[in-house]
Amino acid sequence: MNITVNGESADIAEQVSISDLLTIRNVKMPDMVSVERNGEMVDRSAFGETFLAGGDKIEFLYFMGGGNGSERTTRCN
Amino acid sequence: MQLTEEQIERYSRHILLPEVGGKGQEKLLAGRVLIVGAGGLGSPAGLYLAAAGVGKIGIVDSDVVDLTNLQRQIMHETADLGVPKVNSAMTRMRAINPDIEVRVYPKKLMADNAVDIISDYDFVIDGTDNFPAKFLVADACHFADKPYSHAGILRFTGQAITVIPRKTTCYRCIFNAPPPPGAVPSCSQAGVLGVLAGVMGCIQATEAAKYLLGIGELLTDRLLVYDALSMGFRTVNVARNRKCPLCGDSPTISRLQDEERPIACDPETCDCYQNEPGN
Repeated sequence: MNITVNGESADIAEQVSISDLLTIRNVKMPDMVSVERNGEMVDRSAFGETFLAGGDKIEFLYFMGGGNGSERTTRCN
Repeated sequence: MQLTEEQIERYSRHILLPEVGGKGQEKLLAGRVLIVGAGGLGSPAGLYLAAAGVGKIGIVDSDVVDLTNLQRQIMHETADLGVPKVNSAMTRMRAINPDIEVRVYPKKLMADNAVDIISDYDFVIDGTDNFPAKFLVADACHFADKPYSHAGILRFTGQAITVIPRKTTCYRCIFNAPPPPGAVPSCSQAGVLGVLAGVMGCIQATEAAKYLLGIGELLTDRLLVYDALSMGFRTVNVARNRKCPLCGDSPTISRLQDEERPIACDPETCDCYQNEPGN
């Protein structure tokens, strides 16, 4: 079936969840992305049980920091 | 407010715009913008807003200028190494335009000072680099009821959104809560194209100017995503989230809290657990 991911058309199999899609799209750190499906944010806890339907419009919205550029954000890690 | 002859000349390219005019320039001169973070985003924003004649600009930053900053943080110069960023920022902004007042806050924005500081301004630019700070700016602007511009940058990609608290989609509507420490690379780990910060900071300054002037359509309810490599701009419509912990139907955040403490810390050994407000 056909869906739209980040504005681009994509063919995917049936019975694919948002978690699966993140894997398929090679998103290595799913914690760094919020997912919008047809204009609504999907709860992170529901990624595994939310299955895609033909025509879905999916947006991956990434956490992005940047700016004043200190090194302290990695403290303790 | 009556513009002086010198001001009419200095701001003539603004005044020529029918959407701005003398009245609009007076609004800018009466405007107050707070920039949180005098870095890659705050630098171009601060310089352009100073040049535009925004009457009062506040700048919050606790850091000193470091050599790695100079690749993109254009408010600071090589001679400023080791100098508090707010000082070099003020020097540069006042050099461009002595007409404006610059107020500096050489400290970190924290839960116990954020609302106080923000309350003195009309619009806030989030130029912070880390997620606890970005969430704090978002929350503080919500509680202080002040509009703000969020921007984030990473490698070759930037994003921005403007938020009018309680009216338009907020940062937490999209991102809910800070990611676990280490889950998202920072610029210091992943790198960033210097000029990308300039593009996004200028977008934030544009939003601040539009807000003060009351013209155009703000970047609300849509996230602007910029990809420098393909040179493409997209806007993704983002609706308000009824489950938003800050502005949803049943909010769970009722007061400001520092989210500075990394989850991965060991309380026995890590100094992150000390000096916490309230402890």
